Amino acid sequence: MSDHSKSSPLKMYFSVWAALLVGTIITYKAAFLELGRFNAAVALTIATVKALLVALFFMHIRGAHEKLLKLVVISTIFFLILLLALSMADYGTRLWS
Amino acid sequence: MSDSPAVAIHGEAHGEAHGAAHNPALLHHFAEPQQQRDAASLGMWIFLATEVMFFGGLFCAYLIYRRWYFEDFGAASKSINATLGATNTAVLICSSLTVVLAIWAAQTSRRALLIGSLVLTMLFGVAFLGIKGVEYKEKFEEHHVPGASFSFDRVPIPRHPDQYANPQHAQIFFSLYFIMTGLHALHMIIGLGIFTWLLIMAWKGRFTPEYYTPLEMGGLYWHFVDIVWIYLFPLLYLIDRHP
Repeated sequence: MSDHSKSSPLKMYFSVWAALLVGTIITYKAAFLELGRFNAAVALTIATVKALLVALFFMHIRGAHEKLLKLVVISTIFFLILLLALSMADYGTRLWS
Repeated sequence: MSDSPAVAIHGEAHGEAHGAAHNPALLHHFAEPQQQRDAASLGMWIFLATEVMFFGGLFCAYLIYRRWYFEDFGAASKSINATLGATNTAVLICSSLTVVLAIWAAQTSRRALLIGSLVLTMLFGVAFLGIKGVEYKEKFEEHHVPGASFSFDRVPIPRHPDQYANPQHAQIFFSLYFIMTGLHALHMIIGLGIFTWLLIMAWKGRFTPEYYTPLEMGGLYWHFVDIVWIYLFPLLYLIDRHP
């Protein structure tokens, strides 16, 4: 997957690691702030950024050259969103709930 | 349908691969190491797709019940130790770093760093499970485990200290909490098994800059389990932390 060039990816790995730790601290601290309905939005936005950092840099999707692999990843996300969005569109709009 | 063309193709690919690459790790049905790596990677990602849908169903159940019983979920979530959860998040992030360090060590032929990183990854994994065990013990002692001895009486709802949470609804939260974190912990235990095998292979010197596919595939699995936790932490521990 990765090229065997002389440029070392170590700096990138440690930067991503530091960003993930900072994201965890912000998530934890933000949960105790009074943000109303935005508490969940902040927590999930940070979680998604962290998940993307792990997938792109640690799981090397960013450097992937195979289109088939990208297709698998994109369809996975598509079907997950389909599952969650359609279910919530149903249960979230039932007046009797 | 004679099988002679197949034999011819097989023989040709086999000979060509061994002639060109001199790679003992190259299996005979692959033309070149890159093709073998891509095949393993694609298979692993398809497996991870099934894992995403597996956990996705649980996240979906969680979202529906959280929407229905938000106040009770808030009260139940508040009873879990968020500091332990945050610590475990940091532990898993550190283990993901040591996984990429292990792969880099294999790519650059650094044996000591490779073995050290694999051992550190497993230590972080064991630490995660230990902290999880402390957390579960607290829940057992508080009778927050769903079942006959479940008790969640007179627990105030966040922001509404004069109202108590519905124990039945809180029990649904704890059922989801134990199933989701339990299945995640099971994935961690399987991950530790995979990394034990990787450590033995690394110790025997099986990984070279040309061949380290098992490390990459084990790493993909470990990072995926990390991503599941990245979502579990805010969703289970931090629903409503206000007084």
